[in-house]
Amino acid sequence: MAEVLLEMTGIQKYFPGVHALDNASLSVKKGEVHALVGENGAGKSTLMKVLTGIYKKDDGIIKFRGQEIEPIGPKHSQALGIGIIHQELNLMPHLTVAQNIFIGKEPTHGIFIDQSSENKQAREMLKALHVDIDPTIRAGKLTVAKQQMVEIAKALSYDSELLIMDEPTAALTETEIDELFKVIRDLRDKGHGIIYISHRLDELPEISDRITVMRDGQYVGTRETKEVSKDNIISMMVGRTIYEKPKSHSTVEKNAPVVLKVEHLMGGNTKDVSFELRKGEILGFAGLMGAGRTETMRALFGADPATGGEVFVNGKKVHVKSPNDAIAHGICYLSEDRKAFGLAVGLSVRDNCVLATMDEFMTGPFTNDKKIDEKAREYIKKIDIKTPSTKQLVRNLSGGNQQKIVIAKWLIRNSNVLIFDEPTRGIDVGAKQEIYKLMNALASEGKSIIMISSEMPELFRMSDRIIVMCEGRVTGEVDISDVTQEKIMTLATMNM
Amino acid sequence: MENKKKFELTKLLAPAVLVILYAFFSLFGKNFFSVDYLINILDGSYYIGFMAIGVTFVIITAGIDLSLGTNMMCAALLGGWAFNTLGWPMGWCLLLVVLTGVAMGFLNGIMVAYLKLPPFIATLGMMMMGMGFGAIVTKVQTMRYPTFGTPEGWFKNVFYKTTDGIPLGAIWLIGFFIVAFLLLNKTKFGRYTFAIGSNIEAARLSGIKTRPWLAAVYTFCGFCSGLAGVMYAAVYTSIIPSTGNGLELLGIAGVVIGGTSMSGGTGTLVGTMIGVFIMSVLKQGLMSMGLQSHWQTFFTGVVVIAAVLLDQYRISRGNQVRRA
Repeated sequence: MAEVLLEMTGIQKYFPGVHALDNASLSVKKGEVHALVGENGAGKSTLMKVLTGIYKKDDGIIKFRGQEIEPIGPKHSQALGIGIIHQELNLMPHLTVAQNIFIGKEPTHGIFIDQSSENKQAREMLKALHVDIDPTIRAGKLTVAKQQMVEIAKALSYDSELLIMDEPTAALTETEIDELFKVIRDLRDKGHGIIYISHRLDELPEISDRITVMRDGQYVGTRETKEVSKDNIISMMVGRTIYEKPKSHSTVEKNAPVVLKVEHLMGGNTKDVSFELRKGEILGFAGLMGAGRTETMRALFGADPATGGEVFVNGKKVHVKSPNDAIAHGICYLSEDRKAFGLAVGLSVRDNCVLATMDEFMTGPFTNDKKIDEKAREYIKKIDIKTPSTKQLVRNLSGGNQQKIVIAKWLIRNSNVLIFDEPTRGIDVGAKQEIYKLMNALASEGKSIIMISSEMPELFRMSDRIIVMCEGRVTGEVDISDVTQEKIMTLATMNM
Repeated sequence: MENKKKFELTKLLAPAVLVILYAFFSLFGKNFFSVDYLINILDGSYYIGFMAIGVTFVIITAGIDLSLGTNMMCAALLGGWAFNTLGWPMGWCLLLVVLTGVAMGFLNGIMVAYLKLPPFIATLGMMMMGMGFGAIVTKVQTMRYPTFGTPEGWFKNVFYKTTDGIPLGAIWLIGFFIVAFLLLNKTKFGRYTFAIGSNIEAARLSGIKTRPWLAAVYTFCGFCSGLAGVMYAAVYTSIIPSTGNGLELLGIAGVVIGGTSMSGGTGTLVGTMIGVFIMSVLKQGLMSMGLQSHWQTFFTGVVVIAAVLLDQYRISRGNQVRRA
């Protein structure tokens, strides 16, 4: 039995209003690759942030090499021998590979940095990893895969006995993954412990020795990789009870016309996406973080350039090159980050309402405030926006009401296809119900809705049909009448 | 490979422009190709050179210092005031000039690194404060430094010209350039200057105390402005209160022409020096063709825009961070 390297037990972490970690635990042995899996928001990252001292735990014990530790920050945990390789790589692109590896601990000769020794040591370290990277090249010129190797070398330069890798394969190609796995196995054989966080369940048998599953901030269980199937893991990941009743069947009329048809859409992370949306339908989009759902919608909306594919609105082919084109065809996008993309929070309610329709509210060169006010009032009543006046600044309203103003803006613009990206993120339970009600009302009025959501209960409750994406592709489509969490999760982790 | 070659070529552009300009004015300017003009070119670049060296460090951190010019003037005014009003010996006065620069740079550093003010705002405020402070202390009187041959005029012989007319200022500038070059390229201070400009968060997560280092960069820039104040006093003798704004832009223009990117992370002092000399050659060259100084201002503007267009072109070559 190999020696235990890390032992986290009974970890508690509260954020205002959220119990982020509820008695979470994790045990990693020397010389093992330990996979940590769970849905979005299961608490994996939070647990790692506790381990590296970015968050302070509220309760629980962390033992490392048999001794209790209290990490107070990344620098401290690094010194203890815990290295982390973030998904977003943390290199300085303008500095050379060697400079990046030795940042903060440069070998010196008096006041001068000993650059030749720095390069020499870096070369040896990279050689020990069996990777071919010139240490004098600028880090920004390397591919993501090689940058990752540099990060690994950097972490090892601190004598890290435990390495945390957060979604290391997310941006890599097949061959690059093979090389990364070679390096990981090599480190494992040298006795390092590795925590491997991944959404790609298919790669776990190849790389991991044990798997720990988390759900809703809790520890679910740890299994030997050899002894579990992917289905076992999935049922551990999703085994929560859904309190809200899902929709039992689709409410879309049998012969409702197709209002939007997307064929082989490509662009950025979006590799190949095709789907149809019917009149009065709420189409859910499920997938894990990084599945490319937002990117797909942004490409469809013209916010990011699409590199291929066709879009048909009401059967007619359209060219969407900018959000302006999309809006003209009645498509609107309500982004996840309302403040950054959806609203001018420094403006009043009424000004926001007509922001996309300004031309209709002009008298000659001047804005017709009276007309704007009337329109705003109409919609405040119609969709029940709670605001003391039409002149109130949007900044001062609650998240739910802000969301409604974005909706009002697009309704005034007469949009027929509304794309909601995480519509209830960051708003409270009561407001959520209202947004749901409003979405249902819109659908029954004949508007068509696309809803991206990372919350399965929400998807189940609202959607008539759910499309599942994984890594930029549609991996399946499920009708609401025969949806299960397992089905969605299987499709969401299916690499094609 | 092709890519790499092109990239290297853009690096040679600034020196090439300098050589071409010099050749152009030698052909078409009156007496331009002479020792006198060469010395004039050098003389006109001392104080801008010191400011530009300092602000190169700041710009590499993705910051900016708008207080260079008034900071330099304020420092020179205080030195002149100590000499004229307090009757300090010249050596102490010059030390005061340098320390004033350091102090103002330090304040910039505190505001940017610790109080988290945007560098543009912090140094804009400091620019106005410096200009006002110099005028307040001197009661808006022009401060005169001693001239050549007077007992305290020795400093002109040391920092400007020997009695035989040898341009010692150029020696100082080149000497200081070498020191700054080593500082930027061979020491931790320089390394962290680049690291902060390249990705401050990554630098912080690597355990670098980014705040004190960043404050030190601004302090160093202030120190350079103080030195520029000494050079300015040595060359121009009379320091007029409430001036100096606009000069910082010459320093910054030199840096930009030299190819240092305003977005941080890259930059060279060699480029900065070339940029400073390009401006100086333009000035003297246009003068040798009988054109007034506003022509120089005009063409410097042209060169700045051309240089930044080039910078963008360089950036768009796709050597940027790839983020997952």
